[in-house]
Amino acid sequence: MGKRIGMEVAIAAAEAVALCRIDVAAVYPITPQSHIAEHLSDIVHDGRIDAEFLTVESEHSSISACAGASAAGARVYTATSSQGLMLMHEILPIVSAMRLPVVMGVANRAVSGPLNIWNDHTDVMPQRDCGWIQLFAENGQEVIDMSIQSFRIAEHPDVMLPVMVNIDGFQLTHMIEPMIMPTQEEVDRFLPPRVPFATLHPDNPLSMGCFNMPDIFMETMKAKDVALQGAKKTIIKIWKEWAKIFGRDYQPVETYKAKDADILIVTMGSMGETASVAVDEMRKSRKKVGLVKIKLWRPFPVEEFKVAVRGCKTLAVMDRALSFGGAGGPVATEIKSLFYHEKERPRVADFIMGLGGRDVRVEDFIAMVERAEKKEDDTYEFLGVRE
Amino acid sequence: MKQRKWPETWREVTPGCIVFTPGNASEYKTGSWRAQRPVWDNKKCIKCGMCYLFCPEACIHEDENGYFYADLDYCKGCGICAHECWPQAISMIEEEV
Amino acid sequence: MNTVQNFEIFVPKLVEKREFFSSGHRACQGCGEVLALRLLLKGLGEDAIIANATGCMEIISSAYPATAWMHPYIHVAFENAAAVASGVEAAIKALRRKGKIADREVFVAAVAGDGGTADIGLQALSGAAERGHKFIFFCLDNEAYMNTGIQRSSQTPFMAATTTSPAGKAIKGQRTGKKNMPEIMVAHGIPYVATACPSYPIDLLEKVKKAKEADGPAYIHVLSVCPTGWRSPSNETVKLGRLAVESGVFPLYEVENGKYRLTVELPEKRRPVSEYLKAQGRFRHLGPEDIGKVQALVDREYRKLIHKVTTSVSWS
Repeated sequence: MGKRIGMEVAIAAAEAVALCRIDVAAVYPITPQSHIAEHLSDIVHDGRIDAEFLTVESEHSSISACAGASAAGARVYTATSSQGLMLMHEILPIVSAMRLPVVMGVANRAVSGPLNIWNDHTDVMPQRDCGWIQLFAENGQEVIDMSIQSFRIAEHPDVMLPVMVNIDGFQLTHMIEPMIMPTQEEVDRFLPPRVPFATLHPDNPLSMGCFNMPDIFMETMKAKDVALQGAKKTIIKIWKEWAKIFGRDYQPVETYKAKDADILIVTMGSMGETASVAVDEMRKSRKKVGLVKIKLWRPFPVEEFKVAVRGCKTLAVMDRALSFGGAGGPVATEIKSLFYHEKERPRVADFIMGLGGRDVRVEDFIAMVERAEKKEDDTYEFLGVRE
Repeated sequence: MKQRKWPETWREVTPGCIVFTPGNASEYKTGSWRAQRPVWDNKKCIKCGMCYLFCPEACIHEDENGYFYADLDYCKGCGICAHECWPQAISMIEEEV
Repeated sequence: MNTVQNFEIFVPKLVEKREFFSSGHRACQGCGEVLALRLLLKGLGEDAIIANATGCMEIISSAYPATAWMHPYIHVAFENAAAVASGVEAAIKALRRKGKIADREVFVAAVAGDGGTADIGLQALSGAAERGHKFIFFCLDNEAYMNTGIQRSSQTPFMAATTTSPAGKAIKGQRTGKKNMPEIMVAHGIPYVATACPSYPIDLLEKVKKAKEADGPAYIHVLSVCPTGWRSPSNETVKLGRLAVESGVFPLYEVENGKYRLTVELPEKRRPVSEYLKAQGRFRHLGPEDIGKVQALVDREYRKLIHKVTTSVSWS
């Protein structure tokens, strides 16, 4: 039975990763991820786990070192944010193409310019297409759980893909929350040692990272897409195993008071908690509001999402990132395209909110719902901007 | 070596495009590139082995008598061996068109 | 004739016979870089893992589904050969310590061109050297970004013509001299730094051996003659390497724990640089005054090196 602790979430993330018996971590500090890096190095330097901790000279090198270490058969972890993730951008599609099970914690932070160290999703959204599995944690418990689950998911022979765990920077990383920290014995039961598909060693030489001519590249890309789409099945299976051992359920899409809702708020990440308080507030005045929380962002859980919002007329989507000059926020755009061919489609009201650490309070969610009800067109709009 | 089917379907591509057969690049015979080929005059050859050492293709081999020859499947006809041979035992002759 | 010290045997027939880079690769005829690679892989032996940067050697060897590499090999991207090698080295260390893999030494070698070493790859190399990983970094220097079409790099010599430093009417070729990479690596305080050239194969192999024995990061800068990019005849590759060494353009030396030593001694009166320059089309636009400038630059750099050879003291 796990231990009840009260701890800063970033520290808990590092502790959870340490429980996974990683072999190599290569991390470069960036606010607000730094506490994860610092605490992980405390753990290694105190000899609590036997791992190599590489204090690399940039995020580009941290993901590259992780790729090399993973290719050599090690269980690896890294963490970053914002500019660091952007610097890694070049290498992310390579790691997934090479099917290396790297696990990365992303402390979500706004992307420059201008420089802003506070929380939103503009750092992870440009990485949508890179072929990584992407999870969003809502609270400290999910951070611990998803960090551990990620290794199991990434290393599963039916998956073999890298995983990103998104943790809202400051809003979640720097919160002190009551959580249950699993025991080493429980984690060992859930997460066996890594058995690599292929590894770099002279006992069995092979070549990794070979290039593709045009006559084979499309086949390689299809294989990668099929692998990522197919990973959803395995993720759900692993979550069922998790529930058996730890007693906590995970679904790709979770709902709160959604069954009879006329209007559903859609969130990803820690804002879901505030939104659920707002739902309760609004329900007091008999408004039929509910909440849908997306936990699995890539591969996008199409069927599960459709089931979760079935029967609802309006979706009020909270987007914490924007594709400038395009059709709106990434989450709403994704949802709209899911429903394009369906006969029964909800109205999707796309709200750009909470950028760069702008606080989103219960009142803001209430205002969002009111605005969604009144809105006549389907264009995206910024909410909470001083006109 | 069993020839792989090419081009492969998307199901047949190895995960990560890993190649599990080290050195299978030798299935491609670069000998078709050359315009000249090296010929050894064993009367002049001192069996030093420098031609073998300087061949970028690694296609010069020692025979059972200690003399050297080029594997014409791979020789690109660069001429380094002939140029470096101290006793000038190697000449480059034109390939017929 | 080379006058050399500490060579045990100068007999090619006693060199490692196994080939670790198969024939059938797509290098140009007379490629000096692939010759260098072939030799250094022999020096490494079979217990090695190669981390390769994007470049000529990667492209000519690893078009899926073929590979010319007999070693375990990984290519990730252009600028991170040293970072990938760091990760491999750390993984092998951790896995050996935890008993997850065989407990025997496996050398980690990073192989990159001059671009992937001195320009885009410099940060990763500096970081890896500073962290003290036990690995060998081979810079295969053909003095330009050859793979992408002969564009200039920081290793392109003064006045050489490349596609981004062409010999034009107003500006004649590369305006700066060769950035001194071995010097930069010595400044990192690593135990072994050397320059090598496949025209001196036994010297090269001896240096790979020393790099393997070094107690920390080792760096070997290998001059790779490129007939395609240097516009030289494909059969003169080895000769050009020799001319580069004998004229002092590319002296062969090693630095063990800060102590400089020439491994190929040159006479007081070196070969004039003009012989070397005239053999290459990339210097064809040089007039007598330009050659004089190049000679002065070579003389200056060579004097600096000799000063270090005579005054440096081992820091161990």
